[in-house]
Amino acid sequence: MSVSPTQGEILVLVDHLDGELKKVTLELLTLARRHGDAAAVWIGPGYEGAKEKLAEYGAAKVYVAASSELTDYVVAPKAELLAQLVADKSPAAVLVSATAEGKEIAGRLAVKINSGVLTDAIGLTDGFVAEQSIFGGSTVVHSQVRQGTPIIAVRPNSTAPEASPSSPVEEEVSVVLSDAAKAAKIVEKVVQEKGERPELTEAAIVVSGGRGVGGAENFKVIEALADSLGAAVGASRAATDAGWYPHSFQVGQTGKTVSPQLYIAVGISGAIQHRAGMQTSKTIIAINKDAEAPIFDLVDYGVVGDLFQVAPALTEEINKRK
Amino acid sequence: MNIVVCVKQVPDTATERKLKSSDSTLDREAVDGLMNELDEYAVEEALRIKEAHGGEVTILTMGPSTAADTIRKALSMGADKAVHLSDDALHGSDSLQTSFAIQQVLGRTGFDLVILGSESTDARTGVLAAMLAERLGVSQVTLANKVEIDGSTIRIQRQTDYGFDRVEASLPAVVSVVEKINEPRYPSFKGIMAAKKKPVDAPSLADLGIDAAQVGLAGSATTVVDFAEAPPRAKGQIVTDEGDGGSKIADFLASKKFV
Repeated sequence: MSVSPTQGEILVLVDHLDGELKKVTLELLTLARRHGDAAAVWIGPGYEGAKEKLAEYGAAKVYVAASSELTDYVVAPKAELLAQLVADKSPAAVLVSATAEGKEIAGRLAVKINSGVLTDAIGLTDGFVAEQSIFGGSTVVHSQVRQGTPIIAVRPNSTAPEASPSSPVEEEVSVVLSDAAKAAKIVEKVVQEKGERPELTEAAIVVSGGRGVGGAENFKVIEALADSLGAAVGASRAATDAGWYPHSFQVGQTGKTVSPQLYIAVGISGAIQHRAGMQTSKTIIAINKDAEAPIFDLVDYGVVGDLFQVAPALTEEINKRK
Repeated sequence: MNIVVCVKQVPDTATERKLKSSDSTLDREAVDGLMNELDEYAVEEALRIKEAHGGEVTILTMGPSTAADTIRKALSMGADKAVHLSDDALHGSDSLQTSFAIQQVLGRTGFDLVILGSESTDARTGVLAAMLAERLGVSQVTLANKVEIDGSTIRIQRQTDYGFDRVEASLPAVVSVVEKINEPRYPSFKGIMAAKKKPVDAPSLADLGIDAAQVGLAGSATTVVDFAEAPPRAKGQIVTDEGDGGSKIADFLASKKFV
């Protein structure tokens, strides 16, 4: 089926931390190019360090709002800037990353411009029809915005980023913030988990440990396997509830949703609670001593065995083959 | 301190959840409903703030008559009263409409603090708290894993991917809390008995100045085009470790070019 792409500019809110670009931004640019002209929206300081990457991934335009005032407060200033851009540029759609903060920005923007908002899209087809995976991955839904400019929060890792070098036109933009947008001030950013490992929702590979890991100190086994693959570490709710691993690493219904290329579940039975957070992973591997564990219904490859034997052997084997 | 906690009744996440083919909304009859787990943390946080600073905790629910169970649970935990917004016209409202309807209820209750769970386990949109803050024009102090009230100032730790942000704002405010901010209490027998006598206000749409055309499926800003059960994943290969499990997985990873 050949359908012409939707015409017009598509705003892509750049996801970055103090100038450090998140991979999801490249995914959003790739997605936007399929439906129109990708127009990146940079908010906050640090654009110079990221401009080459935005060009490499095909931004036709970059709106640069460099004022640090826009990142000094919780979410609202970003929504205010986007609302102004929607009014000035009449884009065909607005894409943001479906992170907790991205969705909050989308929500405020939706109210400001009285548009519908769709969250956690894992695909986008003509007419900005979003594909969503709901109820822990058991149902696939296609949804559409039918009022205003579509605002769509796209789940990280759902589109493979493709380079398409361009020479974007840069335009400096600014907004006069309302008092309401300055109501919640960020007085300090505290970086706790600055390690070598990739961020959980962004990672191409995730290795998670569960109840079978049996204790906090045993998570070393999971971390070693993760490090051999350059992967992020996750944990099931059983493991975070037991205090073996920090709660912010929880993958599942009440934790993070991940969609990596490869997910390795170690000592995780695969209850619905967990599956809801990882079921859309591309390739799934499990190591579990219980052959009846429901996680084996999901796997591409599974080993029934003692994780304390299998996981270290796997780590060693991977390190040997590098 | 006038604290309003927004709670939602959702299907039990441990059961199989489905959409109805008739109108693509959640099939609430097929499964047991219970309080959205993440809202329990919101109720608990509200009760702790009340215990420390005084005031009153009001539970606000929008949903069908069966959501009365969830209201009763929150009242059993110790909340003082509730508002149950229930009208067939609200059925199928999307987040934009839901935030509008809740804004109207908050106009009736008044508030110093509105507290929500960070998301519902059914729709999982995670937008409602931000939408309410925007609509109400008050401070958004969301994704909190710690909340402190000091006079008319609220300070939270906002959970982020890299750690947390320390955020400071003035009341009134909309707060959302993340899982594990606290340990939600179980209703006591005394609490369960007392809940039966606590007032539940049930305003009509007209009482709130909501025109039925502003809410519900027909007027929602988003629509479901179609849906289907996700295709089952192809059955993978499962082997039993005989001392070679590690190298077998490595072989599989190599075949998929992961190593």
